[in-house]
Amino acid sequence: MTHILMDNVCVDFPIYNTTGRSLKNRIMQAATGSFMGSNEQGHVVVRALQNIFLELSEGDRLGVVGHNGAGKSTLLRVISGVYEPTSGSIKVKGRITNLIDIHIGMDGELTGIENIYLRGALLGFKRAWISKKVNDIVEFAGIGDFIDMPLRTYSTGMQLRLAFSIATIQPPDILVMDEWLTVGDADFQEKAQHRLKEIVDKSSILVIATHSPALVEKVCNRTIRLERGALMST
Amino acid sequence: MLVFFKSGWRDICAALKKYDLAGVLGWQDIRQRYRRSTLGPFWITISMGVLIVALGTIFGNLFGTPMKEFLPFLTLGLILWTFISTVLNEACTGFTVAESIIKQISLPLFTHILRVLWRNMVIFAHNIVIFPLVLLIFWLPLQPIALLFIPGFVLLMLNLSWMSLILGVFCSRFRDLAQIVGNLLQVFFYLTPIIWMPQLLPKRFNLLLLDTNPFFHLIEIVRAPLLGTSPSALNWQFGIVLALIGWSITIPFYGRFRSRIAYWL
Repeated sequence: MTHILMDNVCVDFPIYNTTGRSLKNRIMQAATGSFMGSNEQGHVVVRALQNIFLELSEGDRLGVVGHNGAGKSTLLRVISGVYEPTSGSIKVKGRITNLIDIHIGMDGELTGIENIYLRGALLGFKRAWISKKVNDIVEFAGIGDFIDMPLRTYSTGMQLRLAFSIATIQPPDILVMDEWLTVGDADFQEKAQHRLKEIVDKSSILVIATHSPALVEKVCNRTIRLERGALMST
Repeated sequence: MLVFFKSGWRDICAALKKYDLAGVLGWQDIRQRYRRSTLGPFWITISMGVLIVALGTIFGNLFGTPMKEFLPFLTLGLILWTFISTVLNEACTGFTVAESIIKQISLPLFTHILRVLWRNMVIFAHNIVIFPLVLLIFWLPLQPIALLFIPGFVLLMLNLSWMSLILGVFCSRFRDLAQIVGNLLQVFFYLTPIIWMPQLLPKRFNLLLLDTNPFFHLIEIVRAPLLGTSPSALNWQFGIVLALIGWSITIPFYGRFRSRIAYWL
C-alpha cells in the first residue's frame, strides 16, 4: 500500500559562513568566552518549508506549483528522503525514484555499460536484475556500438538518452519529478514521451513540481501551491 | 540516547545490507582513477616498491639493522600505514565528495564510508603483493602463525570504520578539520614504529611512544603475525577495547547527527 504522510513538516537550512565552518574559530570563540554571540553571527537559518500537512495515497497525481524559491524542490527532496524534516515527521511507504537529476552518479571515464550498472545500483537494482535489462536499456537509448566507449565521448544528447533509459527502466511506486522531462532529438523525444507516460501511469503516486498550468491540467488530479515554504491551498 | 543509538544502528545495518552498492561505487573510483593507464592500480604498487627500496637502503644502513630483518618490517609497516592514513584522510571527505548523490538519492549514509573503506582495501590488496616478493628475495619462510593476521586485519578494519565514520561526520560540519587530521597523521607516522624498529628505542620510552599509541597496536596485530611473531596480549586488548569504546560512542553520535549531514553539505 503506497502512501505518503507529512505531519507538520518544517525544514530549516543552516547557512554557514566561513567562520561557522571552522573548528578553530569555534574553539577560539569558546575560549574567549564569546561563544553565544558569535554563534548567532555565524549561524543563519533559512526556513524552506513550514508546517506542511500532506497525505497522498495510491492514484494521487500531485502537482506542486509556486514561484522560484517557494520550496518546491525542498519538498520533493523531503519526500525523496534526502532531507529529514527539522521538525515534524514524514512517513513514506513504497519504492521512490526521483527523476530530478537523471545523471546523478554517472561517470565520464566509464563506458556506457559500466554506467548502466553504476546508475542501476544507485537506483537500488541488483546486479543480476540489471544484467537482464542491459539489452533493453541499450536498445532504447539507441546508442549502438558507442555503449562500450567512455561516456565522455558521447554527445550531450546521447548521454541524456542513456541516462533517461536507465532511470525509466522500471516504474517505481512513487515517482518524483521536477518538471516534465524532455530529452533528445525529435525521434527520441516521441519514444521518450511514450515511455515516461507509461511509467507515470504505472507508478501509484506521482509528485511533480512545475511552472506549467497546462501540465498540471494534463497529468495531475491534485494541486498544491507553495508560497515561502507554506502550503496555500490543497 | 537510545533513540540515537537505534537510528545510527539502523543506518549502519542498512548500509551493510547494501554492501554491493558500496562495492560498485568503490570499484568505480578505482576504475576511474586508473582508466587511462596501462598498468592500472599496479602503478601504486610500483611506486610503493620504489619507496620501500629507497627508505630501506637509507634507514637500514642508518640504524645498522640487517636488511633481512629490516626490509620485511618496513614493507609491511609502510603498506599498512599508507592504508590506514589514506582511509582516515579520505574519510574526512567521504561525505563531502558524495554531496551530489547525498542530495539527490536517499541512501544509508554509511554506504559512503564503506565506499572509502572498500576502495582502499582494493588498493591495499595491490600493495601487499610486494611482501611475498620481499620474502622471496631474502628466502624467508612464512610461518603458520601468519594466519593470525586475518583476525588482526578484521580488528583493524573494525577500528578504522568507526574512526572513518566519526571523522566523516565531523568533517562535513567543520571543513578545516580535514587539515588537522592530515597533520596529526603525519606526526603519527614518525611516532609509530614504521621506519624505525621498536627494539631501537630505549626502554623508558616504551610506555610513552608504544603502549599509548593506538596505531602501534593496530599495525602490530597485522604485522607481527606476518613477520612470524605473535602480537602481545596488550596489542590485542588495546585493539579490542578501542573498537568497543569507539563503536559505542560512534553509533549514538552518528544517530544524532546523521540527518544533519545532508544539510551541512
